[in-house]
Amino acid sequence: MSRVHVTCTINGDPIEFLCDGGQTLLDALRDEVGLTGAKEGCGTGDCGACSIVMDGRLLCSCLALAPEADGTTISTVEGLASGDDLHPLQQCFLEGAALQCGVCTPGFLVAAKALLDRNPDPTETEIRYGLAGNLCRCTGYDKIVRAVQTAAQTINES
Amino acid sequence: MLTAMRYASPTTVAEAVDLLGSDPDARVYAGATDLIPQIRAGRPEPTVMVDLKRIERLCAISSNGSTYTVGAATPTADICADAGLTAAFPGLVEASGLIGSDQIQSRSSWGGNLANASPAADTPPSLIVNEARAVIAGPGGERTVPAAEVATGPGATSLGPGEIIVEFELDQPPARTADAYLRLIPRTEMDIAVVGAAARVTLDADGNVAAAAVALGAVAPTVVRVPDAEAALIGNEPAGDALAAVQAAASAATNPIDDKRGTVAYRRQVAGVLARRAVSMAAERAREQGGQS
Amino acid sequence: MTVTEPKPSYKYIGTRPVRHDGVEKVTGRARFAADLNLPGQLHGIAVRSPHAHARIVSIDTSEAEAMPGVKSVITGDDFPAVAPGDRNYDMCVNVIARDKVFYEGHAVAAVAAITREQAQQAAAAVKVAYDVLPPVLTIDDALAPGAPVLHGHMLTAGADPPAEEPSNISNITRFAGGDLDAGFAAADLVIEREFTTQPVHQGYIETHACVADTGQDGHTSIWCSSQGHFNVRSSTATLLGWETTRIRVIPAEIGGGFGGKTTIYLEPLAVAMSAKAGRPVKMVMSRDEVFRATGPAPGTRLKVKLGVQSDGNLVAGDAYLIYTNGAYAGPGGLLGAMTVFESYDIENFNIEALDVVINTARSAAYRAPAAPLTAFAMETLLDEVATELGIDPMDLRLQNAVTEGDPSTMGFPFARIGFVECLEAIRDHPHYTAPLGPNQGRGLAAGYWFNIGESSSATVNLNEDGTATVVTGSPDIGGSRASMALMAAEVLGIDVYDIRPVVGDTEAVGFTDVTEGSRATFATGMAVVEASRKMVVELRGRAAKMMGVDVDDIDWVDGQAVYTGSDGEKDPLPLAAITGKAKRTGGPLTTTGSLEAHGAGPGFAVHLCDVEVDQETGVVRVVRYTASQDAGTAIHPSYVEGQIQGGVAQGVGWALNEEYIYDSDGVMENPSFLDYRVPVASYLPMIDAIIVEVPNPAHPYGVRGVGETGIVPPIPAVANAIHNATGCRLRDLPMSPIRVLDAITSNGGSKGA
Repeated sequence: MSRVHVTCTINGDPIEFLCDGGQTLLDALRDEVGLTGAKEGCGTGDCGACSIVMDGRLLCSCLALAPEADGTTISTVEGLASGDDLHPLQQCFLEGAALQCGVCTPGFLVAAKALLDRNPDPTETEIRYGLAGNLCRCTGYDKIVRAVQTAAQTINES
Repeated sequence: MLTAMRYASPTTVAEAVDLLGSDPDARVYAGATDLIPQIRAGRPEPTVMVDLKRIERLCAISSNGSTYTVGAATPTADICADAGLTAAFPGLVEASGLIGSDQIQSRSSWGGNLANASPAADTPPSLIVNEARAVIAGPGGERTVPAAEVATGPGATSLGPGEIIVEFELDQPPARTADAYLRLIPRTEMDIAVVGAAARVTLDADGNVAAAAVALGAVAPTVVRVPDAEAALIGNEPAGDALAAVQAAASAATNPIDDKRGTVAYRRQVAGVLARRAVSMAAERAREQGGQS
Repeated sequence: MTVTEPKPSYKYIGTRPVRHDGVEKVTGRARFAADLNLPGQLHGIAVRSPHAHARIVSIDTSEAEAMPGVKSVITGDDFPAVAPGDRNYDMCVNVIARDKVFYEGHAVAAVAAITREQAQQAAAAVKVAYDVLPPVLTIDDALAPGAPVLHGHMLTAGADPPAEEPSNISNITRFAGGDLDAGFAAADLVIEREFTTQPVHQGYIETHACVADTGQDGHTSIWCSSQGHFNVRSSTATLLGWETTRIRVIPAEIGGGFGGKTTIYLEPLAVAMSAKAGRPVKMVMSRDEVFRATGPAPGTRLKVKLGVQSDGNLVAGDAYLIYTNGAYAGPGGLLGAMTVFESYDIENFNIEALDVVINTARSAAYRAPAAPLTAFAMETLLDEVATELGIDPMDLRLQNAVTEGDPSTMGFPFARIGFVECLEAIRDHPHYTAPLGPNQGRGLAAGYWFNIGESSSATVNLNEDGTATVVTGSPDIGGSRASMALMAAEVLGIDVYDIRPVVGDTEAVGFTDVTEGSRATFATGMAVVEASRKMVVELRGRAAKMMGVDVDDIDWVDGQAVYTGSDGEKDPLPLAAITGKAKRTGGPLTTTGSLEAHGAGPGFAVHLCDVEVDQETGVVRVVRYTASQDAGTAIHPSYVEGQIQGGVAQGVGWALNEEYIYDSDGVMENPSFLDYRVPVASYLPMIDAIIVEVPNPAHPYGVRGVGETGIVPPIPAVANAIHNATGCRLRDLPMSPIRVLDAITSNGGSKGA
């Protein structure tokens, strides 16, 4: 079976890769493109560790097929910082100790960015429901929610 | 296995129907939120995955003033963001918003939710109380059927070979009409409904029920309508004895199973509670609407 | 924060710097085990048993071996034989079955191929013939007369008289003190209750993964995610029958463990396949495999009886505890026995604990193993006692709480502990007296974990420019690098960001035990402090040399050598000035600390939980939560809070939703995060963490382990809150909506007695 040629934009860079027709987008990002920030925690869309944004939509890349990426614009956790400047969410996660083991962190950051893009001033409840698709087993979510609140404030004040 | 699978992304309904007609092992998908995990678990093993999301008609929301048309693959995130739909069908839109996380919302759709034919799906009860119609395309052309007639059992539908749901039609509800949907899940998000209950109520000028529809999910092989609850409401104020009758009728209408997510007794009990609350909530919304008009 | 004892003022300890590995983790660049790929790498997959209990009749790998891309197929025959009863038998045959499979998901073979798909296809082509045996799935199954016996060699340890016939009871533990009969005779109130709980999973988000690369010279390197890479090395060596020097284990970042990564599953398989194929082999478990084949914490049946005098004085306790440990012997019952009465001063007690084996995955440690369940029994009983006697539940606990000098269950007197201080911190918190809303209830519960020490090593290397590298052997699961740097900074007197904390591989640092028992900051921290203190001694000597004075006249103050002698004024020598001249004063500045840490201070916690119950559906929501815990000294308070909050979240999940569900054949029915319901963000409120600091006298900075205790009180705190809201006592886990509604219905449908 010949492989599928996919052309897309990832974190602002033009990217081409070959994939299998049935390969998940997560596997293609990790194995074909070499972006391992998105993690596979479940493979069933229940943990959010593989969250990315494709054409403006937040999704679990384990639940999309890689060929779907053709012609799209994708952003991953690797594209969140601009150069050495961390995104306010990244900075607030660091300063607020919102990560322990750190394996869910990329997914949380991508999902939180999508949340704030849609709703720049979310309530605590909106943050909790907005991030309900991302599992964290370490923190109890307290510091994650607070970090998103602080980041929202930072972004809104800048 | 995934390697041998081909991916196709038709841009027209005709193209999609042709692809499906030419290969019995082709599978359509929109969100693939259920299909990809199933394939990874080894079942089914399609030869071609036909992605419907690049067909414009399947992802569009429109209204001509009397009827809304919603593409079958339209992401529920878009449905939840649509002010017209939210005003006309608040319960249906809430049900749409309950399917999984924000990540899943980018991919889940009414068409997928209905054609997947899970008895526990969140939107079918609401589609049914709102008398949604499904426009189905296939090798023989297009046909329109009530949404209630699509799922026929767990994982089974009335869709023929090569047929896909193209879009849904929903008539603008009459005055003083509103719907509601409630479901029970153990952890507030990211669960499959243990019980789901949808209700739609139309009030007359005096605040009595002029028309009602109640439908339950996850308590039988397909969505269950509760005609006894509807009958108990008509002509009465949606309160007190009428609501108690709704609760009893809904519990009685269930035909649930024991499984890892719930027991027969629990589902029966909670179906009644949620049906009563959904009717009450729908009626409250209908009253508010009356007050505004 | 409540500080209950005067403590020295620290410059770095107690501050909250950004963790040193943080930037890599928020930018997606940190390398977890599954992120590593080596040139020429093969993909390995385990072939797993579909049966819970079966004899392996034969394994035919010929078809799989002939498939395209397949480079290596292994079975139990590729490993040295291990005799039943050998101390390593359980670990060895759990990694790969030999003659029998003991649970659904038990690995029986493994396949490595060029692509993952090829490996999957080949794994499916391995033909295993099974003689299916009846599964033993519950405590009742295991103890029934004539029950199928899992292990023909298992004679109950601790049985009196000694066991002569094999059974499914691996171990009986008995502790007793005082005169039980006299104790109950002196009691005004005797309450006995039984509790049941189901196995639960640690639920770390990162699945097990490793890459093994075995060279022509017979040496192998393993990159993997674990709670202790020295243990991966020794276990892998044991399984393969290799010398330890042939194995190097390089710790990848670890995506959560909670005890579940203190053992091994994949590494020996990957090494064996890599050796056979002569290429690196990568193995990554799916979530489904993680649920079926790894780490549940035990299920239990617990019977506890308390005797209390009318003034609230606890006078007698009798406990009969049964823990399932999955397919092999485990320590659940022993640990239950060590914790059930430990928090309270009960003179007359008897504890008997059984460890039983059943046909489910081999249990692994899970955060304060066994203690959350004994706390569930003990703390809900105390709540009942308080209700019966009309005593405030806080007062009842304050009255009976253990304090310094009280004997533990094992007979040792407690050193300085902070239980009473934790109780007082909750009593004095505004939450304790805040009004409750309709359908809400409040529950109080305490918890205890003994914590452990074990072996740790650290190396401090000073660099030419005055910065430092601190190498330890403890994987950083939740911010421990920052803690190590803070302690080193405190001793050396240099900025915490001038210290690079590194987790060294098995060839780069001295032996270090697994991160378990909340020991990393305590024990590895002690090694860091020891190495750093040795470095200060060394620095003073070098400074003395540079100044030409006696070393006894040099003090180390704030990162500088200060002359205190009487021979006039001398400029202090900052650390960087000394490192810059190291070549001329004796060479590289390197010190090590290696120790067996003793005196891990017990950790106590007290939690207060508000729930709201939907009386018609049984759905319980936790609406407010406050937790106090004695950290001894909080090195990095943010990560202490994080440990407390994380423990609470796991405990709430355990209380309300989490459980393994098996069908009648022993096949797990909920092996996904959809149906194994860990708490999501919308399920929890903010968790107010109060750090209590009663320094541990055995640690140079007063540290107690903080990782585990936080999971102990939540289950009874939630249960007591549900009782307060509904009048119903829940004694079976999980307290699911179904169980809660059942209880409410049988209690008369509303808040009853």
